[in-house]
Amino acid sequence: MKKRIKLTDLDCAACAAKMEEAIRKIPGVNSATVSFLTQKLTLDADESRFDEIVKQAAAVCKKIEPDCRLNP
Amino acid sequence: MNHKQKRMLLRICVSAVLLVLLQFIPTTGFFKLLLYLIPYAVVGGDILWKAVRNLAHGQVFDENFLMCVATVGAFWTGEYPEAAAVMLFYQVGELFQSYAVGRSRKSISDLMDIRPDSANLEENGEMRQVDPEEVQVGDIIVVRPGEKIPLDGIVTDGSSSVNTSALTGESLPREVGTGDEVVSGCVNLNGLLRVRVSRPFEESTVSKILELVENSAAKKAKAENFITRFARYYTPAVVGGALLLAVLPPLFFHGGWNDWIQRALIFLVISCPCALVISIPLSFFGGIGGASRRGILVKGGNYLEALARAEIVVFDKTGTLTKGTFRVTAVHPEQISEQKLLDLAALAESYSEHPISRSLKEACKKEPERSEVSDVQEIAGQGVRVKIGGKSVSVGNAKLMEQEGVHGRECELTGTIVHVAVDGTYMGHIVISDEVREDAPEAIAALKQLGVRSSVMLTGDAKAVGEDVAARLGIDEVHAELLPAGKVEQVERLLGQKTGRGKLVFVGDGINDAPVLSRADIGIAMGGLGSDAAIEAADVVLMDDHPSKIADAIRISRRTLLIARQNIVFALGVKFIVLTLGALGFANMWEAVFADVGVSVLAILNASRALKMKE
Repeated sequence: MKKRIKLTDLDCAACAAKMEEAIRKIPGVNSATVSFLTQKLTLDADESRFDEIVKQAAAVCKKIEPDCRLNP
Repeated sequence: MNHKQKRMLLRICVSAVLLVLLQFIPTTGFFKLLLYLIPYAVVGGDILWKAVRNLAHGQVFDENFLMCVATVGAFWTGEYPEAAAVMLFYQVGELFQSYAVGRSRKSISDLMDIRPDSANLEENGEMRQVDPEEVQVGDIIVVRPGEKIPLDGIVTDGSSSVNTSALTGESLPREVGTGDEVVSGCVNLNGLLRVRVSRPFEESTVSKILELVENSAAKKAKAENFITRFARYYTPAVVGGALLLAVLPPLFFHGGWNDWIQRALIFLVISCPCALVISIPLSFFGGIGGASRRGILVKGGNYLEALARAEIVVFDKTGTLTKGTFRVTAVHPEQISEQKLLDLAALAESYSEHPISRSLKEACKKEPERSEVSDVQEIAGQGVRVKIGGKSVSVGNAKLMEQEGVHGRECELTGTIVHVAVDGTYMGHIVISDEVREDAPEAIAALKQLGVRSSVMLTGDAKAVGEDVAARLGIDEVHAELLPAGKVEQVERLLGQKTGRGKLVFVGDGINDAPVLSRADIGIAMGGLGSDAAIEAADVVLMDDHPSKIADAIRISRRTLLIARQNIVFALGVKFIVLTLGALGFANMWEAVFADVGVSVLAILNASRALKMKE
């Protein structure tokens, strides 16, 4: 399943790259891109565990940039 | 500026005033340190807090943390004013950067401002405003002058001119009336239109385009991926360099601790790859945005990058270089006038609905008097034989003439030749051919000028027709009488002919050429307005029917790449120069701050040029 998720308060481009890399490492993620300019995460992941994976992605983002939030 | 940015600006001002005042207060030692910590804390308190928080999360190479180490280090070595000022300038740079990025984001979203907010749904003679997503296929919506057409549909009532520039870049309005198709995203200029909706909102042209442009950010160009990879190694490498610089010379070469620590701190200030990480994707996004403003939709940074290296451009003929509609292009009468010959042919063909007879009717510009025609005999694959005013009239190809025992004159022109004979006497012939698009010769010439090595045309049409069109347009190579599979074969062969990093571009109208579009390095589909197949299959979609947009796309691509390269060279160049000078002891903290945030800001400003494409 593929979904675009808006990211609020994504203020640092280097962090966006780090988030992208970290989210790709979550098990069940087929592909992920974080666009700093559109402030969006495009996530393609295992459908049966999608919600759980989004939660993990949110945690990863919080770790890298504490202000940044996912709005699924 | 948003609220967050305004507060930052206030903090910067307060801190700057304090810092200037401190220059006039003569203090020394511990008291001086305390005084300088005030402006430092005012402007950089949040950075310190973030650094601690991120360190707890294990983010060692975090920008905030490195900045804190650099400034705290400067306090440690006694450079109080420098420490406070570096933090101040860092924040000024960050503020400016966030403002510039915000501006770019906004101008990109303005470009994409084609999403309609509401639709006027008409039900039982009453009109109410609803969300476009609620409207269903078959519903009637009303579009008033000045409003955006919210959904694709067919005009059932009214006429108006619509502005398609947001989709096609074409500034000339298009006239529409009852029965015409209208696409969402266009602006209704003057008349009231009633439209029967033909597609739900999620499948409308506007939704498709928006999705395509938003998705394009996910397909990154090689240059973008390079920067991301580079950034991963750059920061650790510079921080490692700083450590060595601080420790090795004092330990082994009798260097002064203070001096070498100060040099190491300069490294930390320049350790963020921000300038590159922001400006390169911004250049590509700007390029894609600028292209879409001109009616060229590029599905990803990778395709935009590849376009710059177009080496072989392969065209499909019908519908791409030609209009795909047939028109009378020459009339060669014998004994009678041109108009007479046309009238006669149109009249004889008046009962037929064949494209040829339609183009004859169009050419003689008046409705034929069908009542004059009798005894209509259609001869399949040859033409018609009718009686007009007691005379036997035959209209058709050379085979029909043979049957009539008439010698049809051969024509030097290519196309479909329609001969006319009356009572066994030859009256002349009419040439009907597909029209070449107005800007096709210009399109081919522009490609040559851009250094495209060869242009190739593939067509299923007759050899003579193909060669004629190719010669008129200045196309280098033509392959005619091809079946769809033959087109794929030709493209495969041409792919083998290109050199090194050159790219093969295939341009088609999106109908029947999906396999070729996907086989080529870059598939360009023409006339994307309303055609799902084209939008799906291609990598680049031209929203209108102008092949000259291909050259525009290549130009935009090259310009975007140039801007991206300028940024890479400039940002890396300045950083390496300052790193070297810093290591040798010639650069100070001030220069380091410029190399970090100053370069970032300049690179962002440069990247935002990619959005603004000259005509």
